[in-house]
Amino acid sequence: MMGRTSEAATARTGRTVLVTGVSRFLGSSLAGRLAAVPGVDRVIGVDAALPDDAARRRLGEAEFVRVDIRNPLIGKVIEGAGVTCVVHASASIAPVAAAVRTMTKEMNVLGTMQLLAACQRTASVSAVIVRSTSAVYGGSSKDPAVFTEDTAPRAAPPTGPARDAADIEGYVRSFARRRPDVRVAIPRFGEIIGPTVRTPLTRYLSLAPAVPVPLGHDPRVQFVHEQDAVDLLEHLTLGSFAGTLNVAGDGVMTLRQAICRAGRIALPLPMSAMDAVSTALKMARVGGFSTQQLRLLASGPVLDTTRLRAVAGFTCRYTTRQAFDDFARTIPPVLSPAAVRRAELWATGLLGVRPAADGDPRLTGVRDPVPVAGQGNGEPVQP
Amino acid sequence: MNDVIPGTDAGKLAATDLAATNTDAGDAPGWQRTLSNLAAFLRRRLTGDYEIDDFGYDRDFAETLMLPPLRWLFEKWFRVQTVGIENVPLGGAALLVANHSGTIAVDAAMAAVAVHDEHPQRRPLRILGADFVFNTPVLGPLARKAGHTLACTADAERLLTAGELVAVFPEGFKGVGKPFSQRYKLQRFGRGGFVSAALRTGAPIVPVSIVGAEEIYPLIGDIKPLARALGLPYFPVTPTFPWLGPLGAIPLPSKWLIEFGEPIATDGYPEGAAEDPMVVFNLTDRVRETIQQTLYRLLLRRGHPFLG
Repeated sequence: MMGRTSEAATARTGRTVLVTGVSRFLGSSLAGRLAAVPGVDRVIGVDAALPDDAARRRLGEAEFVRVDIRNPLIGKVIEGAGVTCVVHASASIAPVAAAVRTMTKEMNVLGTMQLLAACQRTASVSAVIVRSTSAVYGGSSKDPAVFTEDTAPRAAPPTGPARDAADIEGYVRSFARRRPDVRVAIPRFGEIIGPTVRTPLTRYLSLAPAVPVPLGHDPRVQFVHEQDAVDLLEHLTLGSFAGTLNVAGDGVMTLRQAICRAGRIALPLPMSAMDAVSTALKMARVGGFSTQQLRLLASGPVLDTTRLRAVAGFTCRYTTRQAFDDFARTIPPVLSPAAVRRAELWATGLLGVRPAADGDPRLTGVRDPVPVAGQGNGEPVQP
Repeated sequence: MNDVIPGTDAGKLAATDLAATNTDAGDAPGWQRTLSNLAAFLRRRLTGDYEIDDFGYDRDFAETLMLPPLRWLFEKWFRVQTVGIENVPLGGAALLVANHSGTIAVDAAMAAVAVHDEHPQRRPLRILGADFVFNTPVLGPLARKAGHTLACTADAERLLTAGELVAVFPEGFKGVGKPFSQRYKLQRFGRGGFVSAALRTGAPIVPVSIVGAEEIYPLIGDIKPLARALGLPYFPVTPTFPWLGPLGAIPLPSKWLIEFGEPIATDGYPEGAAEDPMVVFNLTDRVRETIQQTLYRLLLRRGHPFLG
């Protein structure tokens, strides 16, 4: 760190990165991380909203400019600073509970269009990275069980955030055609989870004591740890990968398994009753969930991450299960593994049989790896 | 289970994983072991302490809850006899191709029990099913937990590449839904997609002939308007269904024989053979003929359909 300033002064790489959505976890963490990289001269974080204290801390040495990406002013920021790499980290974000659908669409789709328009006009821009989501695959019963980047979904998502994400990818691809000199990377993330980020999914999984699940269905889910998500965006910013990329932790869980691992009880309800339950929960102010989000989750595709490892040269540190457990430890369980084990011992004792051995690492005190110090500080933020 | 080491492939289930989970109470009498294993199973369910692979195969669930009732049907109800289980490879990929019959796909479940219980390695059979199965609530997730997946090239090749035993029933609905009068007459064998998948992955094809499933629900009619209204491929009428209501859903206790034929190698073909329709058609015909001839032979050997 000491020698960095002099080094940077003598050998400027001409690398200036613009990161969107820095009031949220992913954007602010990435901007802060990049600002500390010797090969990067300048990092500009933009957002329409002011970052809170936690996000400001994560931003570190990165500059903050308050600008809405839907405003043509963003073009002036990019041009004026001679930005070489644009990371659109706030694209395809899940809607905030309060945000209405049109608002989310406007932020996501129109914001991306405006940002891409600015990038197209700025000659200095040589790399564009736009965050996308695995929701673009849709996921019907006619689709294969595992999606590679080249799998064309049978049914394109008709409406909602999944459709927006597909539209955004379309705009990014046509931008790539118009500016073939620009390196374009589109990482498609599975659900980002961890101790810090708060998403509609984490709010849903935090419902207690019971979490409503669609009756007669048990979708497979995959998670990406928040630190892996930041690491990957940094890797893509500094690396040379171009193209579409599936991003998910190794392994798969089912939704009910995840709910059980969070120490909650899965309550099967018909999908038609979910809207009513969701409304009731919101009115009772005990938290809520969006049925749309649940539908997305229920059709959730499983990603083939061969390209991530083999071509992009990136390995997620957390498996799907480890990422989930790292989130689950931040919410108080209703049924802890220890309590269930006690009940088992009580029941086997009552029956007079010897209980089976328990291989659950959560009971033996072996914990999953804790994120690097100074990162996930437990403050709830938007990803 | 090594789920504390980051970067391990949790999607892959090692065959030895489950054996390590509950080896306690080894010297206790059988019923005690059953009870303590059941309690441990419930605990694992409540705390989510189990692993599934990328396709959703949940070995713990399948072996504890799904196989026992099927095993009872296999042993006591249909008195299934298997021939040639040594033709199923001890390790590595193979594509099992079988005839399909019986109004509902009980034969697929019995083939899975046969491979799991009679094979020395107790290998799970990954069956390729119709999208209708995975579309259906309850049935879809159960099929996934049992390790089955959609009959499509991508899934078949992914499973074969991973060295799994994959089963396919190329007759599809034409086979299960054919009238009783056409029993043991093989229908069209799809378009040979399964042969291409085997050729591309070099997996041997094991022809499987199943005798007995034709008699469990003798299909004497099909109410097409009702099938359309319910979104089913056909609405079966059997001598007992729907006349006897739920009782009509009890399968007739026919005597079953399952023969695993000699593997047909697919790795000796030149590059690009999977794209050569002539090779694919010839192999498809060869597999189909083998199964048809074996069916006739097994029928003679079985004698009476119910007394065997």
